[in-house]
Amino acid sequence: MYLALLLRETYRTSAGVVANPMWLYVIRRILLAAPIAIGVTVICFALIYLAPGDPIQSLLPPEATQADVAYLKQVYGFDKPLPVQYLKWVSRATVGDFGTSIQTNRPVLGEVRRALSHTLIISIGAALLAFPLAIALGTLAAFYIGRPPDRIATMASVVGISVPNYWLGIVLIIVFAVELGVLPASGMGPQGSDDFSLTQWAQLKYAVLPVLTTALVPLGIIMRSTRAAMADVLSQDFIQTLRAKGLGQGAVVRHALRNALPQVLAVMGLQFGYLVGGSILTETIFNWPGTGFLMNKAILTRDIPMLQGALLVLALSFVSINLAVDLLQTAVDPRVKRG
Amino acid sequence: MSRAPRRKSTAPEWPKPVPPGDTRDRGGQAQPMLLVENLRKYFAIRGGLLNRKIGDVKAVDGITFAVFKGETLGIVGESGCGKSTLARLLMGLIPAEGGKIVFDGDPVGGPSGLTLRELRRNLQMVFQDSDSSLNPRLPIEESVAYGPRVQGATRDATKKTTQDLLQRVGLRPDLFGGRYPHELSGGQKQRVNIARALALNPRMLILDEAVSALDKSIEAQVLNLLRYLKRHFNLTYIFISHDLNVVQYIADRVMVMYLGEVVEIGPSESIYHQARHPYTRALLDSRLALDPADRVETAPLTGDPPNPIQPPSGCRFRTRCEFAEDMCATTAPALGESLDRASHRAACHMANPASGHKRAGQLPSVARPAAMMYSVEAS
Amino acid sequence: MSLATATPDIIPATAAPRRRGYWRALWHKLRYDYVTLFFLTIIVLIFAAAIFAPLVAPFDPNKTSMVYRLKPIGYRHFFLGTDELGRDMLSRLIYGGRMSLMMGFVPVVIATCVGGFFGVVAGFTGGWVNMLIMRIMDVFYAFPSVLLAVAISGTLGGGVGNGLIALTLVFIPPLCRVAEAATTQIRTRDFVEAARASGASNLSIIFFHILRNIVAPVLVYASSLISVSILLASGLSFLGLGVEPPTADWGLMLSTLRQSIYVQPLICAMPGAAIFIASLSFNLVSDGLRQAMDVRA
Repeated sequence: MYLALLLRETYRTSAGVVANPMWLYVIRRILLAAPIAIGVTVICFALIYLAPGDPIQSLLPPEATQADVAYLKQVYGFDKPLPVQYLKWVSRATVGDFGTSIQTNRPVLGEVRRALSHTLIISIGAALLAFPLAIALGTLAAFYIGRPPDRIATMASVVGISVPNYWLGIVLIIVFAVELGVLPASGMGPQGSDDFSLTQWAQLKYAVLPVLTTALVPLGIIMRSTRAAMADVLSQDFIQTLRAKGLGQGAVVRHALRNALPQVLAVMGLQFGYLVGGSILTETIFNWPGTGFLMNKAILTRDIPMLQGALLVLALSFVSINLAVDLLQTAVDPRVKRG
Repeated sequence: MSRAPRRKSTAPEWPKPVPPGDTRDRGGQAQPMLLVENLRKYFAIRGGLLNRKIGDVKAVDGITFAVFKGETLGIVGESGCGKSTLARLLMGLIPAEGGKIVFDGDPVGGPSGLTLRELRRNLQMVFQDSDSSLNPRLPIEESVAYGPRVQGATRDATKKTTQDLLQRVGLRPDLFGGRYPHELSGGQKQRVNIARALALNPRMLILDEAVSALDKSIEAQVLNLLRYLKRHFNLTYIFISHDLNVVQYIADRVMVMYLGEVVEIGPSESIYHQARHPYTRALLDSRLALDPADRVETAPLTGDPPNPIQPPSGCRFRTRCEFAEDMCATTAPALGESLDRASHRAACHMANPASGHKRAGQLPSVARPAAMMYSVEAS
Repeated sequence: MSLATATPDIIPATAAPRRRGYWRALWHKLRYDYVTLFFLTIIVLIFAAAIFAPLVAPFDPNKTSMVYRLKPIGYRHFFLGTDELGRDMLSRLIYGGRMSLMMGFVPVVIATCVGGFFGVVAGFTGGWVNMLIMRIMDVFYAFPSVLLAVAISGTLGGGVGNGLIALTLVFIPPLCRVAEAATTQIRTRDFVEAARASGASNLSIIFFHILRNIVAPVLVYASSLISVSILLASGLSFLGLGVEPPTADWGLMLSTLRQSIYVQPLICAMPGAAIFIASLSFNLVSDGLRQAMDVRA
């Protein structure tokens, strides 16, 4: 209750008390992430049962023989109770065995891994483009709060958040590929080549439109939070003190940013997670062979093992990214409670 | 009393003091309204990898006292000494670790005792933060009416009580009744809080820092209002405050708390003029004096209270006490029984002539000049 | 201290009676927020068009024509041209609004009720109940919303119903979190203690004190999700999940017209523009509401 909270606060500050050491916090945080990771596997596992029809049917191609069905039944233990099935599935997943794709008949893990590396190209590109720009614009808006630069920036961020990025992708294709013809409309390389090289423009140009499309939403959201966090810091008394001491604008910005950044960092981490995990629409539009594209294909062909594997890998990387950002935030921000 | 005539006021006149003999009274005047025995509240401190309990904060550690009918008991102490925890314990808002509460002869809880609900009909509380203690989404008359309504009063009856109460606390019901808390000033909000506490027609009120957050002039108005209400409704008060001046003004008896324990209790007059505990003395000396000749140069009380998870052995105040001796670290001084109106007790070896303390039997104030000399030398 | 006044001081009667309820005050603030009002008007118009679609739409949205396929804007009586099957774009856009609005609202409304319920229970009860509920929500949080929606409706299969289920499941955790945070914050306020001190039951406290105070932040948050829901729903339809052809739906239209970007780029961009305008309007109105209600983001 209120008082207990208050007391806790006091005792954390008064001498000789229980402020937990950093390493303890790190371990605790990792332990807290573990049940979430387990929950994620449960949901991914449950997908087989969500799918209409017999789970065996959804794990096998339609032309599968009776022997295949029997084999699968034995391997997956479909005759066993659910917890046993789950444990079997998880134990196989932990050693990297996500089953075999119905469509390609290849191990799911390899496919997902390759797709993930392709997705990361777009995600990292978009992050590199959006994050610094968003922080710069958000800071600018916070400094001119209520005045034209702020209004324009705020409006732009709302637009960025509201634009359906699958539509933006199509508009960009129309403008740059159809009308101007300067950039390729889709694919990852000239003749469907699988190896992506960052040094060759001939290949790199395929990534330009997807990166632009993907960058817009995080740009808007991070700009917004930067603006809010900076405006908050700038309205505090110590900024007034800094100015009164005669610090230049640049130094004030540095001070304010250092205070606002941890908060923005959390948003950035989340957004990066979304970039990696939420790539399905852009990748579908640009036929970019990443994880989203893979999932879309899996859905269209009802390739449940593939869908399951991709979902599990994406969700687990999302959890890890969040965990990493959380720890990073604690490291840079002394105010974050290590409770 | 000699004030310029005000605008035509709708205020009720000072009522004649209600003769002792409330119909709700059970044990007669001699029986304490509230008897608290060995009340304890420990907050667990958690930490470590598994967030296990690694210690206790003894917020209220074995407190025994009585509140007599019709009196105002002032409770003073530094922040964190357990005053507010005590208030919440008495109201049953947080569970106690142990101890006994007896209301007018009836023990609270237990098979034959008062239920919490019955207790709360007789005992109400005014909270410190007038902002957070009113629901921002309810017009104030609904806030006041809420208590009687949940206790089952009819809408009509409640409406009448509410209007009467608002009038009594100095808020015209027709002007203020429909307002929301954000449309009132701090003092007005606190008046509403008082009206809300009185709505159940309690016999006793706990005022937890009820005027501390107000401006001095408003504080005075509210204090006078409280005195007026006390007489009018035949109330008994527990008045918790860190402001000794205010307590002196309103309290009949004073109880001083330090680190979850009672260190001194006695009639107001006696405490303020003949404090027996060095802590009380220091608190009194910390007050700002209006007369420059009376001003103290050094802070009578330095440093923060010690860590309440591991309080000092023996007397808890010894780490900040200028009279501390070896025996203070080994033996905890006892407060002793103090269950009548006139008794003045202090939990200090000096207050007990037979304790063996070098200054046993002396008042703590004697040493003050020496302490000042010391500080001059040191500087 | 010389406090010698005898009568309790009475507030001078000059204080003007200001009786303005919460919602009235809110409207008073919104009245001068022209941006919000403008976009609120757009929302009302979209709603009106959707409700009265049969009266407003010039043609049957599903009437195909081999002759008038992919005609440009303003061609003959086709105000906004025609799509790849020769259906009138304007009529389809008007009818499509029905689907998009429904997919925007229904999941958010259901999720607000369900998530709000669990949030209030978790926040009010605290302890292990809170732990249990919030950890389960955390698990759903471990999926990016698009991914979760696609995964659920992808496994369940296409169709409006499955789409609604998927979106609702996506929105329950965030709403639960917001409701839980608001409840926890209110629960520790003194007026709840005071209510308890006057003998109120938990149920009474929840209805009188908690709900009244969390309704604003929860509604503001829910309103900001409508735009997300519209975007996600259209995204699902775009992927071939959610709404199925030939039903007019903005996301589905965008998806099918995608093949024709080399022929009629402008027409292909139109359904997306409709999604954009709707989502922008809901976003800005939600922002305006947030400001007027003074809820911190």
